Amino acid sequence: MPRRFIALISILFVIAAACGGTDDAGDSGSITVYSGRSEELVAPLIEQFEEETGIAVEVRYAESAELAATILEEGANSPADVFFAQDPASLGAVALGGYFRSLDDALLDKVDAGFSDVEGRWVGISGRARVVVYDSEKIDPATLPTTEDDFTDPAWAGRLAVAPTNGSFLAFVAAKILIDGEEATLDWLEGIRGNNAPTYPSNSVIVAAVDAGEVDAGLANHYYLFRRRDEVGDTIAANHFMTGGGAGSLVMPAGAGILASSENATAAAVFIEYLLGEEAQTFFADETFEYPLASEVTANDELPPLADLNPPQLLLSDLAGALDQATDLVAAAGLL
Amino acid sequence: MTSSTADQLAPPASAGGARRDNTGAAPTWLVVAGILVVLPALIPVLALLLRVVGASDAAWATLASARTVQLLLRSIFFAFVVTTAATSLGVTAAWITTRTDIRYSRTWSTLLALPLVIPSYVLALSFTSFAGPRGLFADMVGIGLPSITGFWGAAVVLALATYPYVYLVVRATIVRIDPSLEEAARGLGSGATEAFRRITLPQLRPSIAASALLVALYTLSDFGAVSLMRVDVFTRVIYAQYQGRIDRTPAAVLSLMLMLIAVTILWGESRSRGRSVYFAAQTPRPPTRLSLTTRQRVTTYFFLSITVGLGLALPVMVLGAWLLRGLVTGGVIDMRWGAVLGSLSGSVAAGLLAMVAAVPVAVLAVRHHGRFSRVLRTTVYAIFSLPHIAVALAVVFFASRYLGGLYQSFLLLALVYSTLFLAQASGATEAALTQINPNLEEAARGLGDNRLNAFRRITLPLILRGLMAGGALVFLTTMKELPATLLLRPTGFDTLAVRIWSTANELFYARAAAPALLLLIVSAVPMYYLIIRPRHQT
Repeated sequence: MPRRFIALISILFVIAAACGGTDDAGDSGSITVYSGRSEELVAPLIEQFEEETGIAVEVRYAESAELAATILEEGANSPADVFFAQDPASLGAVALGGYFRSLDDALLDKVDAGFSDVEGRWVGISGRARVVVYDSEKIDPATLPTTEDDFTDPAWAGRLAVAPTNGSFLAFVAAKILIDGEEATLDWLEGIRGNNAPTYPSNSVIVAAVDAGEVDAGLANHYYLFRRRDEVGDTIAANHFMTGGGAGSLVMPAGAGILASSENATAAAVFIEYLLGEEAQTFFADETFEYPLASEVTANDELPPLADLNPPQLLLSDLAGALDQATDLVAAAGLL
Repeated sequence: MTSSTADQLAPPASAGGARRDNTGAAPTWLVVAGILVVLPALIPVLALLLRVVGASDAAWATLASARTVQLLLRSIFFAFVVTTAATSLGVTAAWITTRTDIRYSRTWSTLLALPLVIPSYVLALSFTSFAGPRGLFADMVGIGLPSITGFWGAAVVLALATYPYVYLVVRATIVRIDPSLEEAARGLGSGATEAFRRITLPQLRPSIAASALLVALYTLSDFGAVSLMRVDVFTRVIYAQYQGRIDRTPAAVLSLMLMLIAVTILWGESRSRGRSVYFAAQTPRPPTRLSLTTRQRVTTYFFLSITVGLGLALPVMVLGAWLLRGLVTGGVIDMRWGAVLGSLSGSVAAGLLAMVAAVPVAVLAVRHHGRFSRVLRTTVYAIFSLPHIAVALAVVFFASRYLGGLYQSFLLLALVYSTLFLAQASGATEAALTQINPNLEEAARGLGDNRLNAFRRITLPLILRGLMAGGALVFLTTMKELPATLLLRPTGFDTLAVRIWSTANELFYARAAAPALLLLIVSAVPMYYLIIRPRHQT
C-alpha cells in the first residue's frame, strides 16, 4: 500500500503544480484583482473582459473586509493591481491607508459623483439598496415604515432580524452616525436590542430565514431576494424599500480602485473602464439585480427606479472613518 | 478511580520504575527539530503579541467591557457542554465498534467518522434548513418543526461535528490495549460495563484528554455554526472586529484572549491526566468481542442510528434535496475538478507535513518532560485555538515582506495548514506514545543501537497508527478550512470548501450542494484506507 500511496500523492502534486502555474500573460499584459465580489457573480464578466481585451486577469476572491485587511497588511508589497469591493467601507479603509492612486477623471466622470470617493481614489460600479425583507403572508407592506427609526417600536419586538457582525449592517450604522449623530444612533441600536431583535450572521441568511418563515422581517440588501428567486422560484419573502431618506434608504455602491503599488496601472484602468461600460453595467442590472451606475443603463424592471429611492445625502468617503465608531456603538448597545 | 487502584491494575511492564514524567534531557537533534517545527507557529503568535503591545485604549476598553466578559463566560460554558457531549459520544462509539459484535462494524466505523469532514457551518445550515415552519421537513411532510436554533441547538450541531475527534483518537488507542486485563476482571466477576469502566477507561485517559482538548479548542474558535444558529459567543465579537473596523488591534487583543483561555484549558488537561501510566500490550491481539443481548443490541443500533442519522444522514439528505431542486429548476451543476484536486493536494500535503512535525513535539512532550517541551506544546495548541483569519493576516504581513516568491504559494499554504492543525497530529501521536513502554527503546539501545535508530526501529512502528490517525485528522480538517485558504492560496487555486463558501454565501444553496457532497466522498475514501481498514486487519 505505501508505495502505491506515495505514487498517487506524487501524481497529485504534479497535477496541482501544473494547474497552479497558469500565469501566462496575454499580449496586452496581465493584472491581479482582489475581488470582494463573489466568483459566482462576476466570473462570467471577467472572462468576457479577458476575451475582449486580451488582458489576463488573475482574481483572488474573498470577503471585502478581509481583502481590505490583507491590502493593509501587505502595504507596498501587495501583488494586487485592482481592489473590487462590495462596499464603500472596505474601499474607504484602503483609501485611508493611502494605498490607492487617484483615478483619471475620464473614469470618474462616468458615475454620479455621489457614488464615488470624493478624492477620486475609487469609483462606484453598481448600487445596492438597503431594504426591509418581509414575510408577505404575515405582513401588509402598507404597514411597513419608511425609515428604520420605527422599528424600535414595541410592536416589532422579536420580529425584525439584523446582522450586526455583517459589513453591510456596520456600514449602514456608520451612515446613520453621519446622518443622525452618535447619540441618536446609539439610542436606535439600544431600541433594536431592547426589542430582542434576532441576530443573524449575514444578509443572505436573513433573506432565507424570512422566506422560510423563521422570522417576520429583516434588514438586508435588496438583491439577495432575487438570488433566492433564481433558485427556488417564487418567494414568500418580499422587498420593501424605505424611502424616508434616512440611513435605511442608503444606496451603497460596490466599487473599485487601483493600488498605488500597481505596476500595471494602465491595464487596471482598462479593467475599471470595462466595468463601467454598457456591457458590464447591463450585466449588473440583469444578472445580479443591482443598480447600474454608469453608461445610461437602467435598472431591471423588477426594481423601483434609482431616482425613487431617495437615498440620504452623505459623503460615502466618510463612511470608512465612522466604521470603527459604528462597531463600538453596536457593541455598546449589546448587539455583538 | 483513585490512583492507587489504578496503580494496582497497571500491567507488570510498568513496574520497572518507568514513569510518565521522564525528565531525561532531550538529545540535541530532537531539540533542534522541535524548534524548527514550532517556528512557523511562533511567527503569527509573536505578530499578534507585537500588535497588542501597541494597542490603543479603545482595544483594551473592548476587552474589559462587561459584555465581552459575559460572552467569554458563555463561550467557556458552551465549550464545556459540547466537549462533555462529544466525549461521551466519541468514547461510546469507539467502544461499540471495537469491542462488541455488532454487524457491519467496518461500515459503522467509517460512517461514524464521516461527520468530521462536514464543515460545521454546513451541518448547522442543514439543521436550520430542515426544521422551521417552512423548512424542508415541512415541505415533505406538511408539518413544520420548530426552528432549531440557540444555545442547545448549536451545542448538538457542534457535538456532532466534533465527536469524531474523540472517536478516532480513542479508537486508535483502544485497539492497542491489552485485552487480557479486562478479561481477567470479567473472569473475576465484573460485568462488561464495570470492567470497561474500571480497567479500560483509565487506560484511555490520555487519549480522551488529548481529544477532548481538541474538541474544546475547536468549539471555542468556531464561528460558522454558532453564528448561524444565533448563539452569542466570543468569536462573534472577534469576527465583527475584523468586519467592521479598520484598526485591527482590538481583534488581535481579543484573539489573544482566546489563546489565553486555550492555554488555561491546556494546563487543566495536563493536570487531569494523572500520574499513572499504562503501557499497551507488546503483541496486541484482538480482544474477544462482547456478544450483546437482544436488548443491548437494539439499544446499540438505536444509538448508532441516531448519531449517524443526525451527524451524517440529515446533512446528506438536505444537500441531496438542494441538488435535486437545482436540477429540477434547470440550474447547471458546475463540477470543478480543479477544486477537488486543490482540496486533495493541499490536505494531503498538510497531513504529511503535520505527521513529520508531530513526532518531535510528541516525543518531547511524553519522554522529555520539561520547560522546553511545555513551551513547545503550548505554542502548538495556542495556534490551534486562534481564529484562522488572525493567523492568516499575520502570515500575510510577514510573508509579503520577507518571503518573496513564497507568498501566496502552495508550499506556504500547506505549511500554514499543517501549523494550524499540528495539535491534532501531535495529540494523537502523544496518546499513542504514552502507551509505549520506554524500556523497549532502552533495550534496543542497550543492544547497541544509537538513540535515533532505536527510535526509528522500535518506537516509530509502534506509534505509526496513532501518527497516521493524527495525519488523517489534519487531512480531514484541512479539507474544510476556509479563512486561511482564501487569503493565502496561490491565485487561481481552488478548493471544495471555497466552492461551498462562494455559492452558499450568495444564497445559491443548490450550487453549494454538489461541492459539499463531493467533499464528503473525497474525504471518506482516504479515511477508510488510513484509519478504519488497518485497524480491522489486526
